[in-house]
Order: sequence, then C-alpha cells, then structure tokens
Amino acid sequence: MADATYPEELLYHPEHDWARIEGAQATFGITWYAQDSLGEVVFYDPPEVGAAVVKDSPYAEVESVKAVSDVIAPLAGEIVEVNEALAETPERINEDPYGEGWLVKVKLSDPAEAESLQSAGDYRKLLEGE
Amino acid sequence: MTLAETPMQRERAQTIFEKSKPGRRAAVLPPAGVPEPPLSELIPAKLLRDEPPRLPEVAEPEIVRHYNRLSRRNFDLDTGFYPLGSCTMKHNPRLNERVAALPGHARLHPAQEPRRAQGALELCWLLQESLAEICGLPHVSLQPSAGSHGELAGLLLTRAFHADRGEARTKVLAPDTSHGTNPASVTMAGYEIVKLATDERGGIEMDDLRAKVDDEVACLMLTNPNTLGLFDENIAEIAALIHDTGGTLYYDGANLNAVMGHSRPGDMGFDIVHVNLHKSFSQPHGGGGPGAGPIAVSERIEPYLPRPQVVRRADGNGSGSSFDLDFDRPKSIGRLRGFQGNFGVFVRSYAYILSLGADGLAEASETAVLNANYLKARLAQGRAGKYVPIAFDRHCMHEFVLSGKPMKRELGVATLDLAKRLLDFGFHPPTVYFPLLVEEALMVEPTETETKESLDAFAAAVEQILAEAESDPELAKQAPYTTPVRRLDEVKATRHPVLRQPL
Amino acid sequence: MSRYTSATPADRAEMLAAIGVESAAELFEQIPEPLQLGRPLALPAGISEAEVFERLAALAARNADAERQVCFLGAGMYDHYVPAIVDAITERSEFLTPYTPYQPEISQGGLQAMFEFQTAMSELTALPVSTAGLYEGPSSVASAAYLAIGATGGRRRLVVSRGVHPHSRETLATYSAGFGAEIAEVGLADGLTDAAALAAAVDGETAAVFLQSPNFLGAIEDVESLGEAAKRHGALLVAAVDPMTLGVLRPPGECGADVALGEGQPLGNRLDFGGPSFGFFCGSEELIRKLPGRIAGETDDADGRRGYVLALQTREQHIRREKATHNICTAQALNALAATIHLAWLGREGFRELGELLVRRTAYARERLAAVEGIEPLHGAPVAREFALRLEAPVGTVLERCAERGIAAGYPLGRDYPEHEDGLLVAITERRSREQIDALAEALEEAIRVERDDLLSDSDKKSSQAEAVGR
Repeated sequence: MADATYPEELLYHPEHDWARIEGAQATFGITWYAQDSLGEVVFYDPPEVGAAVVKDSPYAEVESVKAVSDVIAPLAGEIVEVNEALAETPERINEDPYGEGWLVKVKLSDPAEAESLQSAGDYRKLLEGE
Repeated sequence: MTLAETPMQRERAQTIFEKSKPGRRAAVLPPAGVPEPPLSELIPAKLLRDEPPRLPEVAEPEIVRHYNRLSRRNFDLDTGFYPLGSCTMKHNPRLNERVAALPGHARLHPAQEPRRAQGALELCWLLQESLAEICGLPHVSLQPSAGSHGELAGLLLTRAFHADRGEARTKVLAPDTSHGTNPASVTMAGYEIVKLATDERGGIEMDDLRAKVDDEVACLMLTNPNTLGLFDENIAEIAALIHDTGGTLYYDGANLNAVMGHSRPGDMGFDIVHVNLHKSFSQPHGGGGPGAGPIAVSERIEPYLPRPQVVRRADGNGSGSSFDLDFDRPKSIGRLRGFQGNFGVFVRSYAYILSLGADGLAEASETAVLNANYLKARLAQGRAGKYVPIAFDRHCMHEFVLSGKPMKRELGVATLDLAKRLLDFGFHPPTVYFPLLVEEALMVEPTETETKESLDAFAAAVEQILAEAESDPELAKQAPYTTPVRRLDEVKATRHPVLRQPL
Repeated sequence: MSRYTSATPADRAEMLAAIGVESAAELFEQIPEPLQLGRPLALPAGISEAEVFERLAALAARNADAERQVCFLGAGMYDHYVPAIVDAITERSEFLTPYTPYQPEISQGGLQAMFEFQTAMSELTALPVSTAGLYEGPSSVASAAYLAIGATGGRRRLVVSRGVHPHSRETLATYSAGFGAEIAEVGLADGLTDAAALAAAVDGETAAVFLQSPNFLGAIEDVESLGEAAKRHGALLVAAVDPMTLGVLRPPGECGADVALGEGQPLGNRLDFGGPSFGFFCGSEELIRKLPGRIAGETDDADGRRGYVLALQTREQHIRREKATHNICTAQALNALAATIHLAWLGREGFRELGELLVRRTAYARERLAAVEGIEPLHGAPVAREFALRLEAPVGTVLERCAERGIAAGYPLGRDYPEHEDGLLVAITERRSREQIDALAEALEEAIRVERDDLLSDSDKKSSQAEAVGR
C-alpha cells in the first residue's frame, strides 16, 4: 500500500473525502486515511448517474470485510459519471485513492462552496489531532 | 515459524457433494403400499420438477465418516475453555439432552389438542413461573426464538404500549457499548436509535442521558451489568428518568449470569426483559443455535404479550388445574412465529433450573463473578497487566474487558493476533473488538463451570504469548500454525463470494 | 448444592486472596444495597439428576405424542422418520457445544456444514444463494418482507395469499406494525389463490407478493403464473415452500421466485411440540447483499488450503448494527446440520423417491377418505402430501372420537379459517402406512356415523316431542 499522501492540488472534507475541481465539475473520492482505516475494500455501492448529492451528506457506501463506511459529499451537485471499474476491482480505492480509485464525477450546483473545504495542509493538521 | 503440516491440515477440505458417486445411496424407504401411477397422472406436468436436485449420492458409512471427521475440525466447549465475553459458554449438561429426547416431548406435534399436551403445557408454565421469579417480573412469554427475537418483541410491545395511549414515539436510546442486535432490532421495529455515552466508571454518562431523554423516547435498552461487565450503580435513577417521561425500560438479558439470585431486573425497574436460554440456562449453542429468548414483562406491559400465551386454568369441577393456550388477547401484538416457540430448548432449560434450584442458581452467579474477578486479577499481573490492561479498573461482575492498545503500540501485535496465537495453545479466544468503546478490546467471560486450574492455564498462556511477542512479534502476527486451517483470506471470500458448492 | 461448578473452599480462599477481597459478597457490593435481592429465590431447592429425570418423564407421559397416537397432523410440521445417524452426529460435542464460528480457523466443521447446507437448499429451491438459515418458517416470511421493503427502495405494500400459513400471515402482521407495511390479503377460490384478485391487488407500491406452495390447504399453486403480476410491477416474488416436496415439485427458482423460504422442520428435525427447527431462506444473485443472517463462503488460508469463513458479514448486526439487513444473531445452526445429514442420507434418488411416495400415498388417502360417507374433498386441486376435507359432522367431536381410538386425525381448519368450520387438514408422511390410512378412514367413518345417528335420534326425539306437544 502507498504511503500516506495528500496531494496539494486537491481540496479536503473533514469526513475524509477529497474533491478535484475542474471548472463547473468535480471528481470525488476518499482520502488515504479513510482507506487505511477501512482496510481492504471489497465492495463499492455506487449511486446512480443523475442522482443529486447533498453537501455533507452520504452519497455512497464503501465496504471492507469488517466495516462499512458512508462516503460524504464534499460539495453539492448532480452525478454525471460513476467509476464502473470499481465493481470488478474495488481495491483500486486502496491502491490509488486519488487516481484510479475515484468514485464519482459531479456537476457542481454551487462551485463557490469549494471555499468551505480544507487545503492539504489543513487536512493533515486535522489528522494529527485524530 | 515453519512447522510440518499437522495431519488435519494435510487433509484438505472436501464437501459431501464432492464425495458423491452416481448409484450410491444410504436411504432404504418403505414400500409405498398403495397404487403407483406416474406422477403426471396426479399432478399437472407444469407443476412437476424435471430433474431431482443434485443431492449427494453416498452410502451411510461415508456420511458418518464425513461428518465425524468434519466435527473434529471444530473446537468445542466440551473439549476446552471458551471464554467468549457476552456468550456465557457454561457447561451443557447431558441430562438435558436425555430428557429432551423423551418421545413424550420430542415426538409431540405442536397442533395437538391442548387437552392432550398437558405435560408440555405444564412444563412451559413451570418454566414461565421460574423465569418470572428469577427476573422479578410477573408475566412471561416463551415465544421468541433467540435474544434478538426477544428484543424485537420488546420493542413491538413498547410500540403497542404507546399506541394504546395515543402516542407515536420515534426514538430508542441505547449505550454505545450495546450489543449489535440492539440497534439492529431498533431499526426493524421502526424506531430511530440514539446512542448514549459511557462515563469513566463504565456506566451510562448521566448528563448525556438527561440531555437526550424527552417525550419522543419510546424506550431505553440496557444490559446490567453492561457489556463491560460492570454494574451500573445509577440504575435506579436511570429507571426513574425513563419512566417519568413515559418510556419503557428494556433489559437485554445476555448478562443475567452475573446476578441470578442476587439481583433482579424487575427490581431494578425494567419493564421488559429477555432471557437467553442458550446463555444462562445451559442450552447448548450448537455452533450458532438453536436458542430461545423468552421475555418477562411488568404488569403494565402484560396486555400486549404475544398470542398465544400458555396459561393455567382452574378446572371447572374444582379438582385441580389444567394448562391451555390462551388466544383471547385483544391487545396482543400478535404472533412472533409459528406455534409455541422452541419447546425443545424449554425442556433443557427447565431441567437445568430444576437441577440447580434456588440455591444452585445463586451459586452459579456467585461463582461466575468469582471466576471472572480471579482471572482478571491474574491477568493484571506480569506482561498481561502491562500489555493488555483492564479497560475499567474496578471489580467486574461475570466478565471484563481488556485493552490491547499498549500491546499494539509497543509490540505491534494487535488483539486479533493475540487471539489467533491463543488457538495454538488450545484455547478459544475471548471476544475481540467488542465493545467498540474500548480500543483493541478483549472481552473475557470464564463462567462458573471452569476450574481454577483452567483459569490459571489460560493466564499462563497469555503470559507466554506476550513473552514471545516481546522477542518476536511476527510469531503472533502469522498465527495460528496448528489449527486445521491457518488464517483465512476474508477479503477474497467477500470480494468474490462462493456461497455454495459448484456442481 | 453444587451443580457443574468446581470451586472448593480451598479454591475460593486462593481466588479471594488473589483478588484482594475477604468474601465473594464484596464483589457484589457494586450492586446498590436496595437492589440486592437479600433472600433466596422463591424456587425449590435443586434436586438430584435422577429426580429431575423422573419429573421430566412424568411430564412427558402426559402428552399424546406420535408414538401414542397415529399422527395425521401437519400444518407445516410433519412426523417424518428421522434416520438414526442424524442424532448420532448432531449430539457429538464438536457440533453440539461450540459457539457461532467467529474464529474460523477452529470452526471449519461448523462453517463447512453451513456451506453444505447452503448448497443443499440452493439445489432444492433452484435459487443460486442460500443463507445458513433463520429461526423457522413464519418469521422467515416476515424477514422476507423486511428485505423486500429495503430492496424496492421503500415500497410498503405487501400482497399475501390467504393460502399462506396463518401463522406466517399473523407474524407478518406483527412485524409490519414495526417496520410499517400495509398488508393486502388475496382470497382463495376452490383451494387455490384467486389469480384475478391477485393481479388486481398488485401495484407499483407493492414490495412483494407472498405465495405458499403447497398452500395451507395442501393445494399446489401455479407460482409461475401467479407471480407474473409481481414481475409486471417490479415487486419481489416470495414463495414459501415445503422442502420435502421439492424432490418432485417444480422448484420456486424455476417459477420466477426472487426469494424461496419455508419451514425446515421436515428435514431432519423432530416435532418437539413446535421447535426448535429452522427456516431456510434462499434468494437470487441480485439480493446477495440484502439477505438476512449468516452466510458461509469459501476461501483459502495463508498456505492455499481451502477453507470456509462467514462471508458478507457487513450485512450483519455485529458489524452493521442499526443498518443491518436483520437483527438475527443466534439462529438454528444445529437444526440446519440435521437437515443436511438427512438430505445426504436420502440422497438424490432417495429424495425424489420419497417425494413420489408422499404424492402417491396422499392421492390414495384423499380418495379413500373422500369415499367415506359424510366426507368430501374441500377442493379438487392437485396435492402433494396434505389435503383438506369437509366433514358432515362437527370436526371437534369427530377428532375426539378418533383420539379415543388412538388416532390424531388431522388439523381442524376452523381454527384459522372461519369459512371452513367443517374442514379437516390431513397430512401424510412416509410413516403413515396404507394400513394406518385405512384405519383412519374407518375411524372417521365410525365417528361421523355415530354423530349423525346421535343427531338423527335427537331429531326423532324432537319430532316425537313436537307431535306430542302438537296434540
């Protein structure tokens, strides 16, 4: 498993989710800390394309052998794409949480909400407190 | 550590289906003795099966050999120490099996006329009376089939109780240390679970309770002593708080083994209690059941009890009494299952209660508490005291919880690894990772039927494993080595489920 | 009196010293004084093993069990012959006394037994996935409703045939008060579910349609045709079935059922006055993550040996807690093992032969009994092992007379179906020989004749009294 990393170009939510903003769209996933706490992911139950996501609310679940975790939406919007590959290989969430382990792509309803999220540095500080 | 394979490891798993060979069989059936037309003359072809199911084709000697060999791949209570916290793995008396097998009990059809099942109904009634006395609550239903079934029953009783008062409450309170069945039952009963914090003494955090008690609260679910093995000394105040706001108080009887004959949940203020007959009352666990979860309730809950109830009626001619199934219960929540419940379990539990009697039951609880405190004291010494210290340092009741946090931090060995290494020493490990409140939890319940030597041997094994871990932590992390299989890949099992034999 | 404990006074002294207390009573001081019972329990003192045995035997002697009365009672539980090897294996310590397999390395016996059970039930029902079992039949029906509500995104309507076992329907109603569901019952016509009424009852709010085959009146339902209404509206089709008939009847998996479940008692389990037995619960691939209770799965160990573990545990209460698919913890593992052994003993051919024997004896019995003066079939639908009759004499009295002759003639339908006060449900197993069936016919004939003679002589008396008065 990769070492703990928190890429600088991403924004972070205190419930251990990240967002990569690409204009009016964003990609969401879970952070290294989240996948490490969960253990080896065995199942990802994705939402439907077209479903609405509500900021700070769960939109999907990720399962390991011993636990199930809600995945929290860092920002609000509508789901435009789901990572279908995870159905076959959910372990990508562990191996590459910021790349191949992406969960959904969302059309943002209010891109300005991104300001409420944390930088990599602030998120790391949060983790040190855990 | 490399060891040669044990004989049992060398014997690879093979299901009974893989031992099948066309043409082999065990059963010889009686001749029909009646005309034998083709089935299609009796039943339309559309409703008939084309090919019989692919059950194995094996002869009797092979079946017996298969299951005998399979049984030896199990560790069991008759064979060794089984200190699973919250499970009360006490000895299962064989007398109970013998009486349960009496044809008068075993071959009695549940729909037999009550008049011709008086022995069975009287046994049910006597068991009810005994449980009522033990629990301190006057009315008992034997219907629920297990503890969690009893929990669901208790919540449905609560719902009926409130509905009868024109109220529709939405929430149920339970401590964060509660057994998983509690919140699961809450959701099944249509309520929302609200968690209560635990204080530094290991009991309910009273300020948290006071903040969360309101008139939306239907019920508070507790066990006392709790899953930390500690008696909550605030129980009287807790009961008053809930009752004052109109809620019911539910007792999860999983820990009854600590208090039989010493304290009674009814006297503590509980309205509804479930009793796990497969815990305190010696019903064998069977590898995951059967059990039974009868409920005892207070006067105000009685009207809502499931239907039917086993009752005693005075005989019209005054010559005694008879026993009956009472269906005339207008406020009943209804049935929870078919017929009367797990009667075979009632026979065994009743035999146990008869055997022990008032004195024996009180002695059982006293010895359970003594054994637990003794083992706790032994494990407070040496390396155990250092690496797996007690989570709440006070006298426990029938079980106690250790934390493997120092072991993990200093030796890199997790509670799971300690548990797996215990398997090599011939012990079933304690319950691990429960309650969630304690990090790297290890919940130990020895029960009253263990000898002092058995407890000493367990403590010695823990000591030895920790000594090993100090010099070579890998040993525990790769354990077990001597069990029929070694650590199993649970990730693979869940990622690519294979849930039946492919044929 | 000490029972099963070993702590001698010397042991106690050592243990108390190690704990650092003077007496065991000190350990109970954490119980506030007002809550200490302070008196012995008001129960008799313990007694010897021999005395316990005598008491239990005395109670057993007051039951009319199937050894004392030829048992034609059914209604979901049947007096089958359980082969001797079942008890011989299930009473082994290694199967009888362990707990649920939470440490799989030392529970391969129990886990593989579950896996074999799951395979057997999957074969019987022709559905790909089976769980390790629930408590029994009727509560399994309620559990299926809970599943269906979740699986259909919260639909709350349940459509249930009146042919489903009355205990199942009642249990479903009890549970529904909790998880909040509306139950619509569909009636029977000539012993079978009214297809038109069923189709009319199912709509877009229906979570599941519940059928039973053979139904409570013994009639074999056309589950496939009836189930089409469910398919049309995206509701789950739940079929409750009698496992002993699945050697010859078309299995629910081939009839479009999404869930197949039922009372498992006929397989390897005693009557035991109604329990313990087990409920089997099988489902389609799509429902895997929603199934209730334990499921064993195959995997490998660290050295590549095949082994078994509890799979998909994140569904279960000990992990998922309030979001679990079900609250079940202790189930009926030993009873499921008994079923597996029985099925292995019957084997592929034997299981089919037994089913054929049941169908033929049942056909014979129905014909023989319906030929008795004062008896006719309640319906003419095809039956497999149980059938319903209509008696022209009060059923209760007829049953009493048969009981006096050592026969439990059947289940009075009036208990649960007010529209069939005159109905009797007769069950057949391989233990009910032709001779016993013939004896039943004679007993019923006699009982009905005596009843009618009594009635006739009563009415003779009445009319002669009336004449006397009239003069």
